[in-house]
Amino acid sequence: MSASAGDKSKPVDHAGAAAAFVADTPHLAFHDRRLWELRQKRDGQMHVLPEWQALRSLASAIKEHTLSRLADYLEQFEAQVTARGVTVHWARDAEEHNAIVLRIMRDHKAKTIAKSKSMLTEECEMVPYLARHGITTTETDLGERIQQLDGEAPSHIVVPSVHKLREDVARVFARTIGGDPNNADPHALAEHARVTTRPLMLDADIGMTGANFLVAETGAVVVCTNEGNADLSANLPKVHIVSAGIEKLVPRQADLGVFVRLLSRSALGSPITQYTSHFRGPRVGAEMHIILVDNGRSQRLGEDDFWTSLKCIRCGACMNTCPVYRRSGGLSYGAVYSGPIGAIINPSYDPVRYSTLPFASTLNGSCTNVCPVKINIHDQLYKWRRVIAERGLLPKNKSLSLRIAGHVLASPRLYRLATGAARLAVRYLPRALLYSKLNSWGRDREVPAAPQESFAAWAARNRPAKKP
Amino acid sequence: MTVALAIPCFIDAFFPEVGIATLELLERLGVDVVYPQGQTCCGQPMANNGCQSAAAGVEAHFVDLFGDFDAVVMPSGSCVHHLREHLDAVPQTDRVRHLRAHTYELVEYLHDVLKVSDFPWAEFPHKVGLHNSCGTLRSLRTASMSELGETPFSKPMDLLRGVRGIAFVTPARPDECCGFGGTFSVAEDAVSGRMGLDKVRDHEQAGAEYIVSADTSCLMHQQGCAKRAGVPLRFIHIAQILNGARA
Repeated sequence: MSASAGDKSKPVDHAGAAAAFVADTPHLAFHDRRLWELRQKRDGQMHVLPEWQALRSLASAIKEHTLSRLADYLEQFEAQVTARGVTVHWARDAEEHNAIVLRIMRDHKAKTIAKSKSMLTEECEMVPYLARHGITTTETDLGERIQQLDGEAPSHIVVPSVHKLREDVARVFARTIGGDPNNADPHALAEHARVTTRPLMLDADIGMTGANFLVAETGAVVVCTNEGNADLSANLPKVHIVSAGIEKLVPRQADLGVFVRLLSRSALGSPITQYTSHFRGPRVGAEMHIILVDNGRSQRLGEDDFWTSLKCIRCGACMNTCPVYRRSGGLSYGAVYSGPIGAIINPSYDPVRYSTLPFASTLNGSCTNVCPVKINIHDQLYKWRRVIAERGLLPKNKSLSLRIAGHVLASPRLYRLATGAARLAVRYLPRALLYSKLNSWGRDREVPAAPQESFAAWAARNRPAKKP
Repeated sequence: MTVALAIPCFIDAFFPEVGIATLELLERLGVDVVYPQGQTCCGQPMANNGCQSAAAGVEAHFVDLFGDFDAVVMPSGSCVHHLREHLDAVPQTDRVRHLRAHTYELVEYLHDVLKVSDFPWAEFPHKVGLHNSCGTLRSLRTASMSELGETPFSKPMDLLRGVRGIAFVTPARPDECCGFGGTFSVAEDAVSGRMGLDKVRDHEQAGAEYIVSADTSCLMHQQGCAKRAGVPLRFIHIAQILNGARA
C-alpha cells in the first residue's frame, strides 16, 4: 500500500507529488472534471431540499452531543448488541484491531476474507498485516478492488480509483485478472470485475464490513453502499466482522434520518445510496463480531481545536470541492485520508510525517461550507499550521525565510529597501536571471511589471501627512 | 471622523495605481482620508504559515500606525480578513480590539458604511468577469457563495452596476479559488499555477475582456498565469473602475 510505503520519518512531499499529477494533463483534466461534477450534483440535491442548512445544523449538533457523551453511548450500544448475541471487541489502536481480527480468523481456521469498503481497515493497515499471516483479503467494492489489484492505496474515501481513467483500469485488469488491455468499455470492465470477484466472495471464510453509523438505542450497524457488496460480504460467510471507529455512533434510530439524507447527497449528489443495510445481530447459525476502534480518536476528542473533526461522516464532499485536491490527486497526500479532511486528521496521528498537509491548501474555505456536519475544516488547517510552526516542524528554509520576512516587514526602512530592490530586479535583471530556478513564482507565471515608484512615494508627493 | 487608508505591501510595491484609485475614490465620496506613511504589511504571510513569532513585530507595527483611527479601509479582502479574524500575534489590548472591529475592506466600506450605489463619473465600456477572492466571498461574506445555496447577493456587483456601459459575463465556476493562496503560490507552484490558468481560461471562455476583483493579490497571480499562457485578458481592481478608469 503506497500510503504506508516510503520513508515515514520524512514529511510527505505533497507539492512534488502534486506537480507530477499536474504534469499529466489528461488525468488531471478528467480528475478535476469528474469531481467537480460530483460537487455540482451535490449542489443540485441541496437546491431541492429547502431544509438543507437546517439538516447540516442538526447533524452537527447531534454529532457534537454524541461526542460529548461518547462513553455512555458506547456502553449503551455494547449492551444492545451483546444482548442479541454479537461479540464486541475493544481495540485501543490499529495493532490491537488487527490482532483481534487475526484471532477470530484463527479461531475459525479461516484463510480468506471478503471485505467491503472500510477506511478504518486502511487506517489500521490490516490487509498487509493479515497477508503476513497467510490470510487473503478480497476487496469487494469495485473501486477498492481496482486499487487492490494495482497495489495502490485508495485515492478518495468514496471513489477510491477516481484518479484512474478507464484505460488505466483495463491495463490493471489485463495485468492481474486477465482481459483485453485495450478494451476500456466500462460495462465490460465492471462485468469482468464482477465475474472474477464473485467466486471469491462466495468462497470466503469470513466477511468484513465497515460501518457508516452505529445506533446506540437499537444496536444497529448501518452500512451504506451502492454496489450491494457489503450485504454479500456480511451475509455469505458464516462470520461477519464489523470494524468501526468509536466516533460512528448516533444516539437514536430517528437521528439516522438526518444523516442518511445528508450522506449520499453530499458524497455523490444522489438522494440516497442504493443500499442502506441495518445489521443488528448474527444470522441463525452464524457469528457477528464488532470491533470498536479508538486508534487516536479519544486523544483527538480532548483537543480543543481539533475534536470536531470526529464529526466527519466520510462523505468526501470536502475533497470533491477542494480545488487543490482536484488538481493534485488523493495519492499526493501520502496518507489514508486525503484532501481537506485528511489534512486535519492525519497530523494528529503523525505530526512530522503529515506536517506538510495543512499547507496543501489556499485556505479558500469551500470545504467548510460543503461539509454536511459543519466541520470548520479550513479554520483547523490554519490552526494546524500554528501547531506545526510552534513544534518547529516547518521546513528549515521556510521558517528562516519567514523569520527574515517578519524582521524586514516590521521595519519601514528595511521594507522600503527590500521592495525598492525588488522593483529594480524586475526592471533590470535579464530574463534568464529573473526567471532562474530559484524563482518558483516564475515557473508558472510572469512576474508583475515594476512601476516607477511605490504608492508610498506617490502619496508623499501628492498628499501631505496628517495626524489622526 | 478620519479614515486611515492602509495599502497592502504588494499594492504599494507593484500596483500603486490601485492605491491611488482607492484614495481618490474615497476623497471623491467626501471621506476625510489620510495615508499614514511608514506602512509595511499586516502580518498575514507569516501568520498564515503558522509563524506567530515572526508575525508579532509586523502586527505590532501595524497597530502602532493604525490603532488610533476611527476606521481603517483597505482595498484587499485577504488582509482585512487577517486583521479582523487573526490579528492575535500581539496582546489583545483595547486598541487592538478597536482596530480589528473598525477595519473595512473597500467594497464593504462603500456598500455598507457609505451606502454608495451610483458612480456618475465612472464608465467602463467592457465585458468584465468578477472574481470574488475567497477572503471576501467566504470570510467577509461580501457575496453569496454557491456552497450554501443561499439567496444570491453581491456587494461588488451592486457597486459595479452603478458604472455606465459595463457588461458582465459569468464564468462556469465563479466561486472557484484562483490558486494564489499567499505563500501557497510558491510552495505549491504547480497546483497554484494550474488553478490560475483554469481560472483565467474560464473567464476567457465566458467572453470576458477584463477580470475585475477587490483583491489585487488574486489579480497579480491570474495576470501572471494569463500572460505566461498567452490568454489575452486584462486585469483591473474594482477601485479603478469605480474611480472612473476607462480601460
